[in-house]
Order: sequence, then C-alpha cells, then structure tokens
Amino acid sequence: MGYRQVVGTTTWTFCDLKDLLAKASPLRSGDALAGLAASCAQENVAAKLALADLPLRALLDQPIVPYESDEVTRLICDSHDAGAFAPIASLTVGGFRDFLLAQTTTTQVLAALAPGVTPEMAAAVSKIMRSQDLILAASKCRVTTAFRDTIGLPGTMAVRLQPNHPTDDPAGITASVLDGLMYGCGDAVIGINPASDSLAATGELLRLLDELIGRFSIPTQSCVLAHVTSTIELIERGAPVDLVFQSIAGTEAANASFGVNLALLKEGREAALSLKRGTVGDNVMYFETGQGSALSANAHHGVDQQTLEARAYGVARAFKPLLVNTVVGFIGPEYLYDGKQIIRAGLEDHFCGKLLGLPLGCDICHTNHAEADQDDLDTLLTLLATAGVTFVMGVPGGDDVMLGYQSTSFHDALYVRELLGLKRAPEFEAWLREMRITGTGGALLPRTAGHPLLTGSRA
Amino acid sequence: MSLPDPWTHLAALTPARIALGRAGPALPTREVLALSLAHAQARDAVHASFDAGAVARGLEALGHPTIQVASAAPDRATYLRRPDLGRRLSAASRGALEAWRPRGADLVLVVADGLSSAAVHAHAVPLIAALAPYVARAGWRLGPVVVATQGRVALGDEIGQVLDAAMVAVLVGERPGLSAPDSLGVYLTHGPAVGRTDAERNCISNIRPAGLCYEEAAFKLAWHVAEARRLGLTGVGLKDESDLVSLTAEPPQALPPA
Repeated sequence: MGYRQVVGTTTWTFCDLKDLLAKASPLRSGDALAGLAASCAQENVAAKLALADLPLRALLDQPIVPYESDEVTRLICDSHDAGAFAPIASLTVGGFRDFLLAQTTTTQVLAALAPGVTPEMAAAVSKIMRSQDLILAASKCRVTTAFRDTIGLPGTMAVRLQPNHPTDDPAGITASVLDGLMYGCGDAVIGINPASDSLAATGELLRLLDELIGRFSIPTQSCVLAHVTSTIELIERGAPVDLVFQSIAGTEAANASFGVNLALLKEGREAALSLKRGTVGDNVMYFETGQGSALSANAHHGVDQQTLEARAYGVARAFKPLLVNTVVGFIGPEYLYDGKQIIRAGLEDHFCGKLLGLPLGCDICHTNHAEADQDDLDTLLTLLATAGVTFVMGVPGGDDVMLGYQSTSFHDALYVRELLGLKRAPEFEAWLREMRITGTGGALLPRTAGHPLLTGSRA
Repeated sequence: MSLPDPWTHLAALTPARIALGRAGPALPTREVLALSLAHAQARDAVHASFDAGAVARGLEALGHPTIQVASAAPDRATYLRRPDLGRRLSAASRGALEAWRPRGADLVLVVADGLSSAAVHAHAVPLIAALAPYVARAGWRLGPVVVATQGRVALGDEIGQVLDAAMVAVLVGERPGLSAPDSLGVYLTHGPAVGRTDAERNCISNIRPAGLCYEEAAFKLAWHVAEARRLGLTGVGLKDESDLVSLTAEPPQALPPA
C-alpha cells in the first residue's frame, strides 16, 4: 500500500511503509548508501508529514520484514502486549509524539506502556521528534536491572570499565582496570573486548577478572565480549562467567551474519543463569548493537538503519539484559558520516531503547575515518546524560588501544557526574567509599601510592 | 593546577593511556593536546595514498607472482562512503583475474590497503615472508598474491571465486587507532564466493611489531589454514586454539596434520 503527501503544488508518493519510514528518517549516509534516503530535504519533511498521520496500528498490522521469513518479526508480533498497547491504540504517530511529551505521561505510564510498543512504533515516532523531544521523553523512562549491583536507579549513571589491551596481556589489562577503579568507574561492568578469538585466552581473562572482583569484594560484574558460542563453551568448561555477551541486529539474516539466532541467545542466557552468580539480581545478558549492522551484512530488507536498530532492541528485550548499548559511531562514516549524524543517532537509539523498556547505554564514540572528534563526543555525552542514559563507556584516556577508536574516558564520566550530580550504582558507590577512593559526596579523594588497590594487585 | 596519579609505574604495563592525572575532573592540558595530536596523525593516515607497485615489487623479490587489481571504488572519498564498491572488483580487474592461469590454488593471499596504507606498506611483505616456511612444509599450493587498491575484506570473496581458490586470506590495513595507525589484520575465508558473511571468516588482528609480531601472526595464520582444511570451513565453527600448540617447536612441526 502506498502513501501520498501533498505539499503546496507537489504530491509526494511513498510506495510502501518501509519506504515512508526510510524517507522520513533524518539524513544519514547509511540510508543513502542503501539507496533508501529521501532525495531532497522537502521529500524528507513530506514523509514526516505523512508518517505523522499514520495510525500506530498500521505499524503492527503491516510487518516491514515478512513474518514468514524472519524470526525477529515473529518475536515482535507474537510477544506484543495488546493490553499495554490499548491506551495508545487509537493514536497516530504524530499523536503518539504529543502523548509522550505530555506532563501526564509519567514514568509509571511509560513503564506500563513498554510491552505494548513495538520497535517499529518507537522508530516511527522518533523520526518526527527533535533532539529535545528525544531527550525529554527518554528522561521520563526508568529501567532498573541488577546482577551484583543495581543499574539504572533515578539520579544514577553507570560506567562500563573497558580495559582492552592489544594482546590481551593480563598485567596490562589489570593496570587499566586499577586505573579505572581508582577513577571510580566500573559499576556497569568490567568488560574486555578480547583481541584473540581463542577460548583459552578468553577463559584466562574471565579468571583474571573474577579473581580481582573476588579479592576486593567489588560489587560489579565481569564480561569478556566473546561470541555467545564461545561463552557457552567456556561455561561448560567451568569458567567463571557473569554475563553472556553478544552483538545483535534487527533481522534474522543480520543475526545470522553474526552467527547467532534467538534459540542460541536463549541457550546462552540459560547457561549463565545456571551458574547463579548474581547477588542482587539475575539479569545476565549484555548486548551491543549499532545502526548500519544489517546493511553491512546485506540483510536490511530495504528497511532504513534506524528502524532496524530499534528492532535489535526488540531482540534484546526478550532476554532481560543487564545492559544494552548502541556502539553509535563505531561502524564508520559510510553509515553515520559525521558528528551531527552520530549525535542524532545516539539520541534516537537511547530514546527507542528506553521506550521499549531496555537499560540502554551508549558507547559514545567515533572512528578516525569519520568526520568527528572529541568535541562531538563531549556534546553527545552531555545530551545523553541529561536524557538519563543508563551507562557509558570508560576507556583509559578515551583511546581504545585494541579496537582503534575513541570513546568516552574515566575523566569524561567524572566531568558529567560533577556537572549533573549523577551518582554511581549504590552498591558500587558504597564500596568506593569504604575503599576511600571517593568521599561522602562521591568525589575522588586524594590518593597515595600505598592505596590497597595498588599494593594488593598483581599488576 | 593538575593532580598527578601515584601509579605511573603501571603505565609501563600497557600502551593504554593510564595514570594521566587530572585537572578537576578533566584531563590535564598536556594530555588533552597529546590526544589531539594522535587524532590528527590517525586522520592523516586514513587519507594517505597506497603504493601498490612498491608492495608488489617487495613480494616479487620474495618470489611470489603478483597481480595488481582495483576495487570498484574509483577514489578515496567514494571508498569511505561506499563500502559496497570496495567489496567488488572493477570490471578491468575482474577481466585480468579471469585470464589468470593456473587456477584452483589451496590458498590465495590478497593484500588490500583497507583503511591504512601505512600498515600494508610496513607489514604485508614481512608477514608473507614469515608465512613461507609453513606453506612450503605443508605443501600448500599458493596462488598469485593479489595487491588490491581501495579494497575491503570482502573483496577477497570475489578474487578467490574468480581464481577458484579453496581459501583466501586478505591482509588488510585496519582502521587507524590513535596508538597504532599501522595495524594489519588478516581475514581467512574458506570457499570464497561473493556473498560470504563475516561469520564465515576468522580474523587475526593487530599485526605489527608492537602488537602481534610477524612470527606469531604467521604461525596463527598457518594454524588456521590447517584447521580450516581439516574442518572444511572457517568462521564461528573454527575456534582459535592455536595457543594450545607449543610455539617453541620448529614452526612446521607445531602445526596439526594438514
């Protein structure tokens, strides 16, 4: 079914729902690469006008990727909660935007609504929202998860301590972990991207982090971001796995390009749950996503990258994750060309994830072949922190020496905490005080070379 | 006024930027500017031009026949925005490869500029030299070394398919990082054909003297080639357990039976 929008003397036509969604998307290089983007600025706004008049129900009734051939579509349709959807069932996409911004739409209202919102609805409404709308609506969403500490409480922002090393050297990784802890980071997770695919090396890193967390009784969790099949294998071999990681995407074919499917993710979750390693909660999954991954795998079905990103969140929420983050600028300039596109995508991803009920964090980042720099990262960090982002990355000096890209640093987290008064996860904040790393207000205390964390570690 | 961190001794253990000290919550001035300079160097590395001829001469000096090809991306600006073009051969290059005889090698090596010509200029020839003893010992039939300009990893699929190769290993310049603007990656694909996904490849990354050295990288690549031949696949079904094999043995004997 096609859509028409008359603007003055021009009639714009959109051949189907996915064409309408793609043309209504704010411009980004990935949609242009896929041949899906609006041809000009006016067509983009005409599509937004037509999309605003679309009944939300149409997004439920007309799957943009076929139900028969895509298990992600089946998951979204089959798990949709009609009761939760009822309060917005009669709204158009434009009416949904107005609803989200209304002062009567509170945190409680949004929490009850989440199971009734599909990824396509979240994506559609985000396309007609400005930055301030995305920030305000997301800031009203509250998603709390727990494993060894509690992530997502009001007034908090957590940090993933990312101590990557180019050759997975245990002493080098330990040095970065200690640096991060001394800067008050690591409440979301201490998460290593391994340089090697090797099972033995991954197992060694898991034992390294487990030993460190145990020795200092740190209320946080570890993760080595290996493929889910490797983590399952390591669990079977007795490795101390807290969280199961996997990169995911918004179509069955894109997930296949990552070597995963829904059944495998379920198997991974059950394996981690069987270990019962959480102390205050049992959210055991950690997912990463990013706009453009489906196109990159030739698995986008003619759907724009932002809508597919929201569908990846549809996958994530079926597995009750502790953490989900978009790696917004990692994929490169062919998908998000510059700082402006990266900032917009980060705000969209955060909003869509939160609206769907996910603990959404953001790897606020760029590669060196994108037209972006540290100023753009500062801008997005500040905006997302005001929007209530669940967690961000803490990379030493903002320079990941293994993955070769720039993200946010331990210092950046301190900056935004000081600016906005954001606390850490309460269990972790209490541990930092006990260790005399921070004082009562959460600010760093003066430190000495004799600090127990420095003298009691093997780095 | 900036506050130093009293654990600068740990900084020797990692190239990561630790123990930087702080000014309030922020990085001290010298560290902010050091980061800016490193970013500027990486930006310039992305746009540096590729000297395919020099790489080909280096390979021929080792005794390898070479073919120079180009992807369908006509220039660097297009290459950065159009990865699809970097994954396919130009019409002229495809024609040249189709004419190549003999076909059907066990392994074809592709050297592609990727996102860092500097990495390829520095490391491709020494890595291939370090691989040679493994190839000779195992008796694998190598095809020509294909030197590709404006090439991405998946360009190897079309190259391998046209040359009817059993396996293709693409040596490619990785995205320049701040500390390592010259890191080389190798992607191994069994049964190369247009349309292969990344889940069907194995990757060995961060090859450079300060990262994974040539000897270790060559050993790992040879181990993967042998395993891929044994299993008949690459990708998530092939787990890297090369570190279970002793590196102290004579290189060829460290390999599992091919």
